[in-house]
Amino acid sequence: MSMMIGPYEQSDAAKAAYDARWERIMACVRLEQPDRMPVGFQSFFWPATYGGITYKELMYDYEKAKKVCFDVVEEFEPDGVYPLLMGTGQGLALEKLDFKQLQWPGHGVGDMQPYQYLDREYMTPDEYDEFLFDPTGFYIHKYLPRVAGAFEGLDKLPIFPGLHYFRLVNGIRSFALPEVRASFEKIVAAAEEVNVFFGHHIDWVNRINAAGFPLFNGSNSVSPYDFIADYFRGATGMMKDLYRHKDKLKLVLDKAAVFLTRMTIANAKASGNPIVFIPIHWAPDAFMSPKQFEEFWWPSFRKMLIGLIDADLIPMPMWESDCTKRLEVIKDIPAGKCIYWFERTDIVKAYEVLGDRVALRGNLSPSLLTTGKPEEVDAAVKHLVDNIWNKGGKLILDGAFGIPDETPVANVRAMFGAARKYAG
Amino acid sequence: MNDMSETEKQMVDWLADMNEDDALASAKKMLLEDGVNPLRVLELCRAAMDIVGKRFEEGEYFLPELVLAGEMLETISAIAKPLIKQAPGEVAKKLGKVLIGTVHGDLHDIGKNIVSFMLDINDFEVKDIGIDVPVKKFIEEINDYQPDVVGLSGFLTLAFDSMKETIAAFEQEGMRDKFKIMIGGGQIDETVRAYTGADAFGVNAVEAVNLCRNWMGVAA
Repeated sequence: MSMMIGPYEQSDAAKAAYDARWERIMACVRLEQPDRMPVGFQSFFWPATYGGITYKELMYDYEKAKKVCFDVVEEFEPDGVYPLLMGTGQGLALEKLDFKQLQWPGHGVGDMQPYQYLDREYMTPDEYDEFLFDPTGFYIHKYLPRVAGAFEGLDKLPIFPGLHYFRLVNGIRSFALPEVRASFEKIVAAAEEVNVFFGHHIDWVNRINAAGFPLFNGSNSVSPYDFIADYFRGATGMMKDLYRHKDKLKLVLDKAAVFLTRMTIANAKASGNPIVFIPIHWAPDAFMSPKQFEEFWWPSFRKMLIGLIDADLIPMPMWESDCTKRLEVIKDIPAGKCIYWFERTDIVKAYEVLGDRVALRGNLSPSLLTTGKPEEVDAAVKHLVDNIWNKGGKLILDGAFGIPDETPVANVRAMFGAARKYAG
Repeated sequence: MNDMSETEKQMVDWLADMNEDDALASAKKMLLEDGVNPLRVLELCRAAMDIVGKRFEEGEYFLPELVLAGEMLETISAIAKPLIKQAPGEVAKKLGKVLIGTVHGDLHDIGKNIVSFMLDINDFEVKDIGIDVPVKKFIEEINDYQPDVVGLSGFLTLAFDSMKETIAAFEQEGMRDKFKIMIGGGQIDETVRAYTGADAFGVNAVEAVNLCRNWMGVAA
């Protein structure tokens, strides 16, 4: 008997395929043997390359975006699919919010270029105390007006802590200011667009689910260190803080670990999917010393990982760049609870160190996928199968960071074909 | 530098050990109170940066130390330079000229900036022409600057094609043989080097310095 997922009918065969795919991933997480090696699918702009639309269309045209993102899933039949629209579909919402931390196709970069984050100091070093005392107040009065034009009137809002009784009544006057009203109008317009976007995201998820394909992860998150480094202090600001503001930085990281864990649990529970994708930016071997990593980076993130695991979630950190020297440190988590996705770390070596602790995901190199030949991709998959999967490793095959935007379609076919050929 | 006084040696150590407060206070005192020749102070800074560079090469220091060292150097230079009364008689001899930029389509610059800094403290003359550099601008800048080495930087996978296109344009202009080309950035490896036609790639700033030193015939 078929069932409906939104407006889409899911046949019995599709239901069975969905369950089998999800179970393949879950078996890997539990460190048990699945029936075959699962293959994940993640990308940002490659569905546009595949479907012959521009990157800008992928960001702005919901119907075209849903079509190409469905077509890739239908052709390649991955076991788990990244929430593709979430990575690229927000062009109109970004416009309406006047978002300042990105340049994106049609807004600062060309129609066939991916969006890029603008690394800046969004919080100055002398604002640590303010952030520590009242992060919400800091968001309202300082951070939000800096990161998006729609928030620019919020700095006029009252400072809430302390308001009480008649002081509270009199304290709300600034809500009537023209710039505050204008800000709220822009925020409402942006929020309506986000709701429209979200409706399309859900529609696409329903459609792939009905066709038998699970979302790999329902939510994303960030490590405390990366959260502060990328989105507040900026790359070089954060590096200097390791010397200039180390004690305050540690306090902020501890605080962020608490609210990021709460936020992540709430988002993951709302999505109904236990896997949380956490791209990791600042852990690589080259970025800080082993001592700095253990002092500044790892403790707050480990706290967060344990918090997510305790809430029955499955963290999936994606360790960008080469983290070989971190393997022994990041091993310190309970077995059978996480997926570690590696980008440039030698994943065979990672298997040797972490094979009894976590499932692994990755990691065909971007240069191979974009410039190599299909037979070279085939050989690279075989190498991973021979050295991890056939030795009992719980490997979920994927690109190093999914499928790079420029990858020739033949190489993606070679990747999926080789997975089926060599590992079920 | 073997002829340092105790005070001078102390300042060099503070700089090299990332003791920013003491190092800056000491440099300011030398420059603004003790009347030490600003060229001498800059020479001491260079000695400290040599130590920082060595510690980076040996795996003791990482990016935070390079960034902080760069900033300390900048602060001291800003105080010292206005105090230099006459142009020094002898301009320090440079090992070679390097032109560096992030290829078109890519806005990333942290790695590029660190490579520029490391080349600078290793006695290369560096011209950094920024991010998202169009092919045409590279060609104009090269004609103008006549570098020995051109460094192309890029973090995104789109940079593979931008680098290939930029290097192909150097060929077309007939200037490809006039300098060496090194590439670097997040995803760059030997596959990308072969694809783009660059002479070499490096995975970090030390490798960039070593490539340039080898090309200039300087023993590592």
